[in-house]
Amino acid sequence: MALIVDFAVQGLQMLLVLMLAPLLTGLVRKVKARFLRRRGPSLLQPYRDLARLMRKEVVLAQNASWLFRVIPYLVFAATWVAASLVPTFRTGLLFSWSADLIAIIALLGSARFFLALAGLDVGTSFGGIGSSREVMIASLAEPAMIMIVFTLALIAGSTQLSTMAGYMLSSAVGLRVSLGLAAVALIMVAIAENARIPVDNPATHLELTMVHEAMVLEYSGRHLALIELSASLKLLLYVSLIACLFAPWGLAPPDAGGERLALGLASYLAKLAVGGVLLAVFETSIAKMRVFRVPEFLGAALMLGLLATLLLFVSRSL
Amino acid sequence: MTLIIASSCAAVLLAVAALAVGIGRSPAATPTVYGLCLGASAVSLAAAVTHLLGTPTPIEATLPLGLPWLGAHVRIDALSAFFLAVVDLGAGAASLFALGYGRHELAPTRVLPFYPAFLAGMNLVVLADDAFTFLVSWEFMSLSSWALVMAHHRDPDNLRAGYVYLIMASFGTLALLLAFGLLAGPDGGYAFAAIRNAPPSSALAALVLILALIGAGSKAGLVPLHAWLPLAHPAAPSQVSALMSGVMTKVAVYGFARIMFDLVGSPAWWWSLPVLALGGVTAVMGVLYALMQHDLKRLLAYHTVENIGIIFIGLGLALAFKAYHMSLAAALALTAGLLHALNHSVFKSLLFFGAGALLTATGERDMERLGGLIHRMPQTAFMFLVGCAAISALPPLNGFVSEWLTFQAILLSPQLPSWGLTLLVPTVGALLALSAALAAACFVKAFGITFLGRPRTPVAAKAHETDRLSLAAMSFLAALCLVLGIMPGVFIDALAPVAQSFAGARMPVQAGVDWLSIVPIAESRSSYNGLLVFLFMVISGTLAASAIHRLASDRLRRAPAWDCGYPDSSPATQYSASSFAQPIRRVFGTVLFRAREHAQMPPPGDPRPARLTVVLRDPIWETLYAPIAGAVGWVTEHLNRLQFLTIRQFLSLVFAALVILLLVLALWP
Repeated sequence: MALIVDFAVQGLQMLLVLMLAPLLTGLVRKVKARFLRRRGPSLLQPYRDLARLMRKEVVLAQNASWLFRVIPYLVFAATWVAASLVPTFRTGLLFSWSADLIAIIALLGSARFFLALAGLDVGTSFGGIGSSREVMIASLAEPAMIMIVFTLALIAGSTQLSTMAGYMLSSAVGLRVSLGLAAVALIMVAIAENARIPVDNPATHLELTMVHEAMVLEYSGRHLALIELSASLKLLLYVSLIACLFAPWGLAPPDAGGERLALGLASYLAKLAVGGVLLAVFETSIAKMRVFRVPEFLGAALMLGLLATLLLFVSRSL
Repeated sequence: MTLIIASSCAAVLLAVAALAVGIGRSPAATPTVYGLCLGASAVSLAAAVTHLLGTPTPIEATLPLGLPWLGAHVRIDALSAFFLAVVDLGAGAASLFALGYGRHELAPTRVLPFYPAFLAGMNLVVLADDAFTFLVSWEFMSLSSWALVMAHHRDPDNLRAGYVYLIMASFGTLALLLAFGLLAGPDGGYAFAAIRNAPPSSALAALVLILALIGAGSKAGLVPLHAWLPLAHPAAPSQVSALMSGVMTKVAVYGFARIMFDLVGSPAWWWSLPVLALGGVTAVMGVLYALMQHDLKRLLAYHTVENIGIIFIGLGLALAFKAYHMSLAAALALTAGLLHALNHSVFKSLLFFGAGALLTATGERDMERLGGLIHRMPQTAFMFLVGCAAISALPPLNGFVSEWLTFQAILLSPQLPSWGLTLLVPTVGALLALSAALAAACFVKAFGITFLGRPRTPVAAKAHETDRLSLAAMSFLAALCLVLGIMPGVFIDALAPVAQSFAGARMPVQAGVDWLSIVPIAESRSSYNGLLVFLFMVISGTLAASAIHRLASDRLRRAPAWDCGYPDSSPATQYSASSFAQPIRRVFGTVLFRAREHAQMPPPGDPRPARLTVVLRDPIWETLYAPIAGAVGWVTEHLNRLQFLTIRQFLSLVFAALVILLLVLALWP
């Protein structure tokens, strides 16, 4: 019986992230539009976009290979698996032990690896520019992320996300310098990883400034729908990650009953909304950087992460 | 029994080498020699694996060979059984590959005799149980591989590669010779058993550490002793490149592990400092060098340097933990390092085979002249992609498992009670993370530029799929990448005897854990399950695909590429290898390689094309090797005068030397 409930909760989480991801993207767009004194599209517009893309035919470049057609599914699968392993409303999900935070980051790395290959597949210059810039950004963002994981793992004594979230909920954690540094670094990495302003602009179609959009330029129809959905899932993943590590209030413990689960769900939705609004506020209040300023931005995140880890190596109480 | 089988396999390989000298010119020579090598390696591999999986008590024997008062000691224990398995796995795969690939060899008589000899040399190094046998086998391995590097000696690049390799190999052996000399002590107990019984004093042990780092490190490719490796590995025929990069570097790791974990006795805490620091620097420098390359085989060779760095990080951590008697953590770090050695030998061999298949199909190693090969060589492309994903440490493949274990070992190190390590280990962790991320970038480039896009030259457009035997070797290794990735617990358990005898404890038994997960310390601390991650990805991918094909449109139309409305038909407008690396070169290379870009723009109206030249400088070659080479050149130039002395001057020179030597002896305290 308990197993069935566990399965149901795990399944619910997988569906939940999939269903909520476009809504979060819609929310960010809507709030940004309101800040720009536009009315903006409806919150449901991303769903409509996905449905429309699904219905359309795929226009495939003549020399696109089989890999190009497989990659959207690969990217989607890796991102979805990663997103369903991050605790959203309850810790200690059934399969939470199958991959720890390092593995989740590596799964996202897999998605990016294949997406960058897709950018090179057709052999166009825009695809190449997107891929090469994306791997440059990743080559700094990924180590920064690993340093953040080190910091959190040293504090919580585990790389398991559920255990980490449980520890963050407990009173043992307290205020620490290293946690503050890690939080700042994580937000910087999340912005870069999700191709948000100031690193990249998800709304741009001005060719020379695109990174992520340039990489997926040749995709259309259902393939593009999967890629867009993966991008939304990734945004949701990072918001959930920040929420479960730095704002774990309301997370239901593994043995929670229905009431706690409902509370967990409600608080999760609230956290997503707050995260989306904050992201929109941040994005409207800042200008995009030049591409070669990005390494400095991410280098700062890497240094913050390293500093936080070093502090913990020096003293466990910092 | 195992020992007899393993040594006879080495003897068979030597006999095959002799046979190859005899029949080298006949057309049947290639299949015969490689077939026999395949058989001998397979038998030896089976013996090694049985020994490792059984209860590996060391077996010793003394053969009546070599020095009369010493004999040749051979011994197989857990560590040598593991490395024997790595060597023979790589050797078997390379022989299978060469059964197909070797048919295209232009000068078989220059390859066939040395190939089995090289295999025999590597097998013997691992089996050796006295310093003399070890060094002779080591040198045998070096020289036979040198002969293979020089197989195509008319190419001036290969000549230079062979020259540098010969110098570095002799230098490395010299360092090992001195190390063993110090270990053997004044009484000359050269058998490893004698060395084990009389461990050296701490000052001598420090010297041995430095000499072992130089000797084994130069063979493995530790920065800054790696200079020969990216020259020599690509110069050899591809099956030999795979062996040199995938296997011979592991023999060097074996040499280092044998000396530092077994012969020297219990380690001091600071021994790990140079090992960790060199490992971290090697990992990052190796991958940055690799990113700057556009020769596919050289890129792969530089990547070997990176992976050796990762292995040495694991070994260094194990030394540190062992010094503080944290046996569990030491077992974890040692297992991580050794598992990475196995993983690297698998995927690096696979990638070199792929490069060899490309070389047969197109005659090109330069990525700037390839492209679009996924259409012409779909199977090779798939195998190469698996290798690229594995070496980039992407789950659920094998490279990720060993890097994950290394990260877990790093996370245990705050318990180390020493300031030096406290500051060094997190830095090394950051370097490791940086190298992993850069490796992914590098292999996006390697696969994307070579196999994707449009063909850049006519040869790339007309390439043909490679032969079946080569494909069989590649698919075997690709399958192994997946197996090692989704059931690492089996291999971790197989490494338990090694950890038990050299780290003092073993990792928890993985066989009993549900669903084949791996749990380094405790489940609440960390666990990873490659099988489930793989299954989840397969299930969610299929789910998405079937849902979309059922509910959404499945229409598809081919059309010209979009490219924002300005597609250009010339393949030269694609991203090239060096343009792909340009952002990373700007971020990391401006300081490290002093990368400079010069754009030559013709004045308006001039029809000449604009040119962009990139100047990269190799900091290590310029600051370390060039001055030494200069100094040696200067000295030899001045000593050259001694060749033209008269007989009277020669005699007085000899007399003076004699007097000085006698004086030294007389004044010696």
